[in-house]
Order: sequence, then structure tokens, then C-alpha cells
Amino acid sequence: MQALLDPVFLARLQFAFTVGFHIVFPAFTIGLASYLAVLEALWLLTKREVYMQVFRHWLKIFAVTFAMGVVSGIVMSYQFGTNWSVFSDRAGPVVGPLMGYEVLTAFFLEAGFLGVMLFGMKRVGKGLHFAATAMVAFGTFLSAFWILAVNSWMQTPQGHVIAANGQFVPESWLAVIFNPSFPYRLVHMVLAAYLTTALVVGAVGAWHLLRDRTNAPARVMFSMAMWMIVATAPVQIVVGDFHGLNTLAHQPAKIAAMEGHYETQRGAPLYLFGWPDDEAEKTRYGLAIPKLGSLILTHEWEGELKGLKDWPKEDRPPAALVFWSFRVMVGLGVLMALLGLAGLAWRWRGRLYDSPVLQRAAIALGPAGFVAVIAGWIVTEVGRQPYTIYGLMRTSESVSPIGLPGVASSLIGFIVVYFAVFGAGIFYIFRLMGRTPGVVEPSEPKAPIRTAGITPGPGMLADNEEGP
Amino acid sequence: MTIDLPLIWAILIAVAVLAYVILDGFDLGIGILFPLFKEEHERDVLMNTVAPVWDGNETWLVLGGGGLLAAFPLAYSIVFPALYAPLIIMLLALTFRGVAFEFRWRTVRWKGVWDWSFTIGSLVATLMQGIALGGLIQGIRVVDRAYAGGWWDWLTPFSLLTGAALVVGYALLGAGWLIIKTESDIQDRCYRYAKLLGILLVLMIGAVSLWTPFLDAKFLARWFTWPNIALTAPMPLLVLAAAWALWRGLHDRRREAQPFLATLALFVLSYIGLGISFWPLMVPPDITIWEAAAPDASLGFLLVGAVILLPIILAYTGYAYWIFRGKVDRHAHYH
Repeated sequence: MQALLDPVFLARLQFAFTVGFHIVFPAFTIGLASYLAVLEALWLLTKREVYMQVFRHWLKIFAVTFAMGVVSGIVMSYQFGTNWSVFSDRAGPVVGPLMGYEVLTAFFLEAGFLGVMLFGMKRVGKGLHFAATAMVAFGTFLSAFWILAVNSWMQTPQGHVIAANGQFVPESWLAVIFNPSFPYRLVHMVLAAYLTTALVVGAVGAWHLLRDRTNAPARVMFSMAMWMIVATAPVQIVVGDFHGLNTLAHQPAKIAAMEGHYETQRGAPLYLFGWPDDEAEKTRYGLAIPKLGSLILTHEWEGELKGLKDWPKEDRPPAALVFWSFRVMVGLGVLMALLGLAGLAWRWRGRLYDSPVLQRAAIALGPAGFVAVIAGWIVTEVGRQPYTIYGLMRTSESVSPIGLPGVASSLIGFIVVYFAVFGAGIFYIFRLMGRTPGVVEPSEPKAPIRTAGITPGPGMLADNEEGP
Repeated sequence: MTIDLPLIWAILIAVAVLAYVILDGFDLGIGILFPLFKEEHERDVLMNTVAPVWDGNETWLVLGGGGLLAAFPLAYSIVFPALYAPLIIMLLALTFRGVAFEFRWRTVRWKGVWDWSFTIGSLVATLMQGIALGGLIQGIRVVDRAYAGGWWDWLTPFSLLTGAALVVGYALLGAGWLIIKTESDIQDRCYRYAKLLGILLVLMIGAVSLWTPFLDAKFLARWFTWPNIALTAPMPLLVLAAAWALWRGLHDRRREAQPFLATLALFVLSYIGLGISFWPLMVPPDITIWEAAAPDASLGFLLVGAVILLPIILAYTGYAYWIFRGKVDRHAHYH
């Protein structure tokens, strides 16, 4: 309870809460935008109507998700100034231009073409409409590129000097952007977004197959999603391993927290489960496999791994949260890979669409991508503590001179508004997902103009009924 | 001669903020006018005049914020804590407003709720932007590179006036936009609302202009000492000329774009007036553009991108507006 009276803790909680809510939306829209572009391309190439039916099903969901991503994203661009002003003043010269590039290359591109993508099919024709969809997809990727460059620089800073007034002054932009952890984090996150989307699409396809295994759009969704999962989940595990080795090289304290190691040792065990106790400086109730930790991280049975005791107490991240978030992420990743392999096995036996067991498993793992993404971000962000800029600037020195009442009341405001507004949005998304794909929805009472094409989502529907 | 990067960036950010004010101004204004239109089909039309473009309009706000962090991190880190409450409330209000664009089409029973979410969100966001502007104009107390004022410094009669003025201004922009984009009954009513709003706005511009010089001796000297006065004296005259153009436009219905353009002129003139008062300050009363600026390495790097990308952004944004040109009518199919 003491922590709740600490403005620094509350500012962290506010950032974690707002960014945790926010990341869910882009993690989904990055993948979904690309999926929509692929669907539209397939529709243009094959002329098969089923691709357009799947496209329409997901376009409305994309629009709602994107709107929530935009409004929660604007909040993020102001959080740095309102709650982390000292960080902004000192690190602004480095992180500011990168975020500026994010706005200039990505946000405008997405926003500029989103209107055409949602409402413009009839006005611009198929080819240009596809170009708009592709631009939106490219924009979501560029956005990930820049913001992950910022985050990675905060994890593994380089390419700057520190001026007399305390500001981080860029020396080499190439070094700043392509800092050591950036390539790994970028690939890991973009794959996570694709995987997350594939799991959601697969779950929705499975849901509809359970009710009607002959539904053609549902079959397309389920099949494409299962291909995507089996292709990306194993790759993601390998990429995650490389990312971990990179972290070991640059942020060994984070690895020690992830592994629950307090003692520096050769032939370190791999804890499957346990409870890292920062007070007692040991992992309690540990279920460990001897020497496997060293083998995985150093590729030697007797490799040496640093323990948290190598750092003074005030320089260590809190281990339990990092340890457990890491296990949640990895555990879900393994389940995803198994789901992908199961899909492959059933497909090989020619029974991909006929297995309620497989479909139920796909539904159960539908939200797994989001959970894994949030868990992964907790690992990397909490694991960076007690620093905002690793090794150079502490979180406690980064915060705004805002008193407890200000931070506390804004935090409550965000929590209430986010749960109310985004709760409603997520409810609408579920309802859109539940609509049988390929079936033209009956026009709702009191809204006859919807089918006349005056409303955003169904407008697309109307276009295609009247058009091609 | 070296390039004065901080000056270029001050101009660029000023332009980005002005672009935001104009573009999001009219769609926030439509939110403010929303409750005056009670019929559901009218509200559908109102919303559809901005649905394809609101997102791009709001991106200028992110550019203003992000650009300030990049180019003037000191200003960003002083102004945002100083205007903490109005900015946080603005963000929450923009959340309510932004999701309403999608949510109101996704429900029948709750459509009214999201209509109110759209209206109140637009109104509160506008009011808070105006209050934040007033809070900035009246000056921010700074000690040792950080905000040193109190929790309620931003809330003064002056900032309330600027807040109210911005609500009136955005509503007028919205009415002008609707005059261009709609027909018959909706358009008729917008002409009527615009007359009242126009009178109110000119009065409020006058009040803010007369009040501002007395907030700070620097502002007073800027406006009323020789030789400055030779340059500042035409400003009120230009405002009156724009007001006249607005009035003419509201009476001569053959020129539908004129009320909107004249309102834009009022905004631009007011904005230039602010610039005259502020120069060369970034954060009144003491911090100048050059003191607040990031090092040249940061300014130069982002400037390259801005010079290349802004024209491209303007081109495709213009193209998006062009695609959705013309009247939005409930009988004609919009999409």
C-alpha cells in the first residue's frame, strides 16, 4: 500500500496502464492491416468472392480497433510530457526526432489512406483501393519501426553524448536507430503482431466452423490462420531465443531476473517455476533442471551466468514480476507452436475443418497473443528497471514535478475512462466477430440507411453488393 | 551564414499547430453543433462530412506534440506539467469523441450515448485547448528548467475567456464546413447559427486582444510602442476586413465557401497576433526559442524528413479530401 502513495510509482503505473491498453490495439492492427491487404490482393488476383467476404468481415473490426488505437496513442504522445518531463527534457533530443519520424512517415500515411480504405471503394476503384489498403499496412509497420527504435535505444543506448546541461545529444543517428537490441526487438514484435492476429482470426474462424463447418469464409479464415501460426510460432521461438542472448550481452541483470538467479554460478539451473524473493535474495520453491540455464544461454553446460547479487540492491529490477511474465510469454508461445503443428497434422489427414477439438483449442488460444505481448513487454520494461535509459538515467530522476494528487487523479481518470470506453469497443468487436461471415446482415430497425451505404462499415458492404 | 534551425523549427511547429487548429477545429466544431440537430438522419450526415478525414486531422495534434518534444524538449517538459489538468482532460475528452465515430454505427440502443460522447468530448476537448492556450499566454513560472507554479495556475478568468472563445471559433468553423458540405435544411440552419457565432467570435477576439497586452509589459511594449505600432496597427483592421467578408458570405449564398474561408482568415490573423506577442519567446514570460531548442544534430535530422515528407503528406491528404469532395446528402449514396 505504501507504493500507492509514491508519485513515481503512480506515474509508472499510469504509463504501464495506458501503454498496456494501447499496445493491444496496434499489436492487432499491424497484423490485421497486412491480412486485409493480402485478402484484397487474393480477391483481385483470383476474383473469388469468398476473399472479399472475409475482407469485409474484418474491415469493420479493423476500423473499430484502429479508432481505439488512435485515441489511446494520442495519450501516449502526451504522457512523456505530462508525467515524465525530466526524461523528455534530457532525452528529447534523441527520442523526439525518432517519434517525429513516426508521425511523419507512419501516422499521416495510415490516417490519410484509412478514410479511402474504409469509405472509398466506390469512389476510387479497385486498384487504388488496394493501394490505400497496402499503404495503411505499410504505415502500421513503419510505426512499429520507429517506436521500437526509441524503446530499443532506451534499453541499449548508444550513438549519443551527454551535454553539460544533462541532455542526451545525438552523435550518430545510424548508431542511435540501429542500436544493439533494435533488430531483435523489431523482428520479435512484428512477428508477435502477426501471430496475435493469426490467433484471433483462427479463433473466429473456428468459432464459426463449430456452428457450420461448410461456411466458406470461415474455412478460409481458419485455413489461412493455421498456416500463419505454424509458419510464425516456431520462428518466433527462435527469434525470441536470439533476443534473449542479445539481452544477456547487454542487460545481464534483466536475464538474471528472468531466470530467478541471485548467485553468479557456473552450470546454472533452469528454474521452471519458483518464487524469486528479492528480500531473501533467493528463489523459493524452485523447480529446477540442473545446468540447463547455462546451456540455453551460453550454449555450454558449465557456462557462467551472473546473478542479481552482482549488482547493488538499488540497481536490480524486481525479479518476481519479470520471472513470471517471462514464463507466461514462453508458455503461451509453446502452446501456439503446438497449435500450429496440430493444425498441420489435421490438414495432412484432410480433416482440418472437421475437428471440434482443434477448433476449441484455436478458440482457447484466441486471446493468447495479446497476453503474450503484454507479458513480453512487462519482461522487457520492468526488467530495465530501475532505469528509463538503461544504466544512464534512473526512473526516479525522470519523473515530472507533479504532486501525488495530480498523478493519482489522472490515473483514476484513465482507468475509469479506458475501461468504460474500450470495454464498450471490445464488446462491439466481439459482436462483429460473432456475425456469420459471408451473410449479408439484415438492416437493423431504425437504421434503414445503413444498407444504403451511408454508414462507415456497412458502406463497404453496399459498395460491393452494387459494384463488382 | 549558418541556418537558424531553431527558428525554422519554431515556424514549422507553429504551422503544424495552426494546421491542427483549422483541421480538427471544424470537426470538433461539428461535435459542438451536434445537439442542435435532433434528427438521426441529420446527425448521420453531420458525422459523415468528417468521418473519412477526422483521423488525419487529429494527426496534426500528434505532430505538434511530437515535434515539440523533438525540437523544443525544454518547452515540452515545462508546458505539459504546467498545463497538466487541462491536457489530461483534453486527452480523455478526445478519447470519448474519437471512438464515437465508430461506436455509434455499431449499436442501436446506445447510439444516443455515443452521440453525447461525441458532443461532450468535442466540447470539453475544445474548451481545454482554449484554456491551455490562455494558460500559456499568461505565462508559466519556471525555476531551474522545470515548471515551478502551482496546481491551479492555469485556471484564471483570462484562460476561461480563451477557452470560451475557442469553443465559439470551432463551432463557427464547423458551421462553415457544414455550409459547404450540406444542403437544404441543415445548410439553412448553419447559415443562421454562423451569424450568431460570427458576432460572438469577433467580440471575443476583441476581448482577448485587448486583454493580452496587459498580462505582460513585454506584450504591451510589443504592440503599442513606435515603430512596432506601424506594423501592429493594421492587424485589427485586417480582422475587421475578415469579419466583413464573413458577414457578406453569410448573406450571399452563391459563395458557399466564403464563410468557412473568412473564418479561417480570422483564425490565421488571431494566430499571427499571438505570434507577434510571443516573439521571440517559446514559453512566456522568459524562455526563448533558442533557449528551448534541441541541439542542431536533432533539429537538422528531423528537418530533412520534414522537408521531404510534409509536401508528400500534404499531397495525399489533399487527395483524400478531393476523393470525398462535394455535398453529403442523405439521399445521395455517400460511399
